[in-house]
Amino acid sequence: MSLLQVKNLGVQFQTPDGYVYAVNGVNFELEKGQTLGIVGESGSGKSQSVLAMMGLLAKNGKASGEALYNGQNLLTMSPKQLNGIRGDRVSMIFQDPMTSLNPYLTVERQMTEVLQLHKNMTRREAKKRAIELLEAVRIPEAARRIDMYPHEFSGGMRQRVMIAMALLCEPEVLIADEPTTALDVTVQAQILSLLKDLQRDFGTAIIMITHDLGVVAGLCEKVMVMYGGRVMEYGKSDDLFYNPTHPYTIGLLGALPRLDHDGDTLVSIPGNPPNMAHMPKGCPFSERCAHANAHCVEVLPALEAAGNQTSMLRACHKSVAELQIIKEKAYA
Amino acid sequence: MLRSKQKAAAEAIAANVGAVAVDGRSPWRDARERFFRNKAAVLSLVILTLITLACVFGPMLLPHSYEDTDWDAMSMAPTLLNSHYFGTDELGRDLLVRCLIGGRISLMVGLMATIASVTIGIVWGATAGFLGGKVDTLMMRIVDMMYAVPYLLIAILMVTLLGREFYLVVLTITVFSWMDMARVVRGQTLSIKSKEYIEAARAIGVSTGSIIFRHVVPNLLGIVVIYTTVTVPGVILTESVLSFLGLGVQEPMTSWGVLIEDGTGVMETTPWILLFPAAMLSITLYCANYIGDGMRDALDPKDR
Amino acid sequence: MPERKPILSVRDVKVHFQVKSSNAWPWTPKKTLKAVDGVSFDLYAGETLGVVGESGCGKSTLARAILNLHPAKSGEIVWMGRDLRQGTDKDWLAVRRDIQMIFQDPLASLNPRMNIGQIIGEPLRVHRPELSGTEVDKRVRAMMAKVGLREQMINRYPHEFSGGQCQRIGIARALILEPKLIICDEPVSALDVSIQAQIINLLKDLQREMGLALIFIAHDLAVVKHISDRILVMYLGREMELAEKHALYDAPSHPYTRALLSAIPIPDPKLEKNKQIQILQGDLPSPMNPPSGCVFRTRCPLAEAQCAGERPALRRLSADTQSSCLLA
Repeated sequence: MSLLQVKNLGVQFQTPDGYVYAVNGVNFELEKGQTLGIVGESGSGKSQSVLAMMGLLAKNGKASGEALYNGQNLLTMSPKQLNGIRGDRVSMIFQDPMTSLNPYLTVERQMTEVLQLHKNMTRREAKKRAIELLEAVRIPEAARRIDMYPHEFSGGMRQRVMIAMALLCEPEVLIADEPTTALDVTVQAQILSLLKDLQRDFGTAIIMITHDLGVVAGLCEKVMVMYGGRVMEYGKSDDLFYNPTHPYTIGLLGALPRLDHDGDTLVSIPGNPPNMAHMPKGCPFSERCAHANAHCVEVLPALEAAGNQTSMLRACHKSVAELQIIKEKAYA
Repeated sequence: MLRSKQKAAAEAIAANVGAVAVDGRSPWRDARERFFRNKAAVLSLVILTLITLACVFGPMLLPHSYEDTDWDAMSMAPTLLNSHYFGTDELGRDLLVRCLIGGRISLMVGLMATIASVTIGIVWGATAGFLGGKVDTLMMRIVDMMYAVPYLLIAILMVTLLGREFYLVVLTITVFSWMDMARVVRGQTLSIKSKEYIEAARAIGVSTGSIIFRHVVPNLLGIVVIYTTVTVPGVILTESVLSFLGLGVQEPMTSWGVLIEDGTGVMETTPWILLFPAAMLSITLYCANYIGDGMRDALDPKDR
Repeated sequence: MPERKPILSVRDVKVHFQVKSSNAWPWTPKKTLKAVDGVSFDLYAGETLGVVGESGCGKSTLARAILNLHPAKSGEIVWMGRDLRQGTDKDWLAVRRDIQMIFQDPLASLNPRMNIGQIIGEPLRVHRPELSGTEVDKRVRAMMAKVGLREQMINRYPHEFSGGQCQRIGIARALILEPKLIICDEPVSALDVSIQAQIINLLKDLQREMGLALIFIAHDLAVVKHISDRILVMYLGREMELAEKHALYDAPSHPYTRALLSAIPIPDPKLEKNKQIQILQGDLPSPMNPPSGCVFRTRCPLAEAQCAGERPALRRLSADTQSSCLLA
């Protein structure tokens, strides 16, 4: 059995203008020690899907489907049961560490509190453990810095404190929601290499949510690409980067300015980001897809195995071969 | 079938209209629509309008005057007889007319003091915010000092020295209620001044005057409207407090505060003399507060 | 090759801010934050200069100093042969016609109470008051078409547009006076990847069509690579390296540039997983109290004793590369 199994996850928000379906029919499995990347632009529903799993949706949001952690459904749990798992077995780090650290408590107090709650440790044991973890995330002079307040740390350092806090109870799953988006590239490199090392040492499974395909390429074994609240493509990282089969993934890779080769113009995806309140009946990407026809706009494509590649799932009416022909014609 | 035809026709029209500029939804129009979707605020607006109209035109339509005694009916309970619908007070004066006349005074004081204090507040706050530096510090210290002055003491002093006059009530209230607006406007001005679109305007070369009038002032208006609507009930309440303490307008002229003060003396024997003006004041305050809430929800940029 | 004359030369520009120190008495002298501390470069007509660096390196402040939004404390900013720092308000008005700016946050740089027509037309009303209303309207519509906005949108308000469209509005406003130079302050960093590419392509097309010079500020070296001819790398208010694009990416001369380049994630699993990342140790020093000598030396893997001595200036290593590293 998988560590985490998500089946047909959906998220709806009730707004004054009616229901908004932010996430629809998301399925994935996460094994022990694996890394899954969820990639998407704003409005793709990538963050909302994991917030739903953690019971952290906004008040007007409602989750449907199943999210089974070791066979227990996280979505139907009582808040008390969920609190037993959240922060202990499954923990989360956010884009802005300042929003999830209490500015009025020292780092020491915040870290020991978690251990006292979940592990019944004494304050002294907890502090020792907290210092060990701060050292593990390479905070210099951890024993001294543990008594400082969050605002006394720099941005990158704060994110490391967050990671240390998330790892306190040695969770089996770590969910990272755009953990490096607010950071500079050199700091991002520090954090990413740290995550890789920690995964190697602790064997934690990671769900990495990001808009940056480069981050995913370095870290993840499996990648899920989302657009407009739906999964467009899901498969092994290598397959997805070297042989993308969905027009959106192809477009996203083409639109990325790259250091490693010298393309002159970027192939941009026309149009605007999806408006969640007015989604087309069919494929959410059909509005911006160069290959879309009337069928695509009207009928929702199912997420199915891509031709001969059984490990790859894609949601597109056009076959892989068809796209290849169109592409060759365009470049001829 | 018919529906699909209509739809096709509508689409054809839409396609033709396509070339004409689409009307934008200005932030003001959005706010108006949001306000009118708020049922409590709209109902309050209707009630408040009715009360205001009644206060303005009611006394002309009723057979009694606010100062004449009806010798046949003293301290009479509300009745349809003699058309004393709210009853009379212990001097036989018609309570309905007195409530309406009192409402005129209370609403008038509310309106005038609000306009005066809002104007002072905007000018003071905007000046401090724009100029910044030492001027700002000095002006805001004066505001702080004003908060420290006990307004009841000054009100009593002014009334004893100058007598009970309508304009004095307005003046007293104004002097002590402009500071909130000044603080809010200053804060807002400072925040607008640091916005990127102000920087963009400066980079284009827009003159300082135009920046103030085209970019800063329109963006101040939202918060000013919100604050004005919450100032009105506060001012009306202050007027009632002053009147209740005998610092309001002179008899036989009256206001809701004066009427409530009269009523409290006899509330065990003739409770309606207290209840009717108290109810009118409460309803007005409730309505004004609901309208203020509605305005805030409609105009608050955080909501957008 | 005939010698080209730069349209803009910046010489040893410094922008310092006075910052009140915390817990101080009102009369305690304020501390000096050296946001930009001695930057020099030339910009030629039709060229794109990329300015790269991490947050706090002073790149945005430099842009604002050129436009006098944050006045420079010392140095020269020479535009078409005239030193702007000596300019009067009237001179400035003329200069602002030629130099325009595009901002990082597309929505925040548009006044929410003005419609698109008013926003794009504002520069015309300031600089060309003689134009009639219909003429302004005509030009605004033409410019909207040029940046890929539908003309029907002219009466709409900023909040009705997506981030990418707002940035197009910002570009239209910057272009309507047909300037010679546009300073782009992180114009795509707030946008989604697919929209980023649209805006970068649009800027490149417009530049070719109108012969614009661009100063393109960004923190992302990959984005800058696509649009720039030459690139200036900044760190803590100082210049690290100023080089022609290919020279910089193929053979970065400064250790900071190398660290920056290696830190950028490449969307290619095999390359990215096997890449040697040069991790910078420690945190950015405080700009109130920068290290002596080379400001990068506290985090530099190559630093030697001589780096702590005199503050190194840019020096020419080859025709394409200038670097401030003493060891390069």
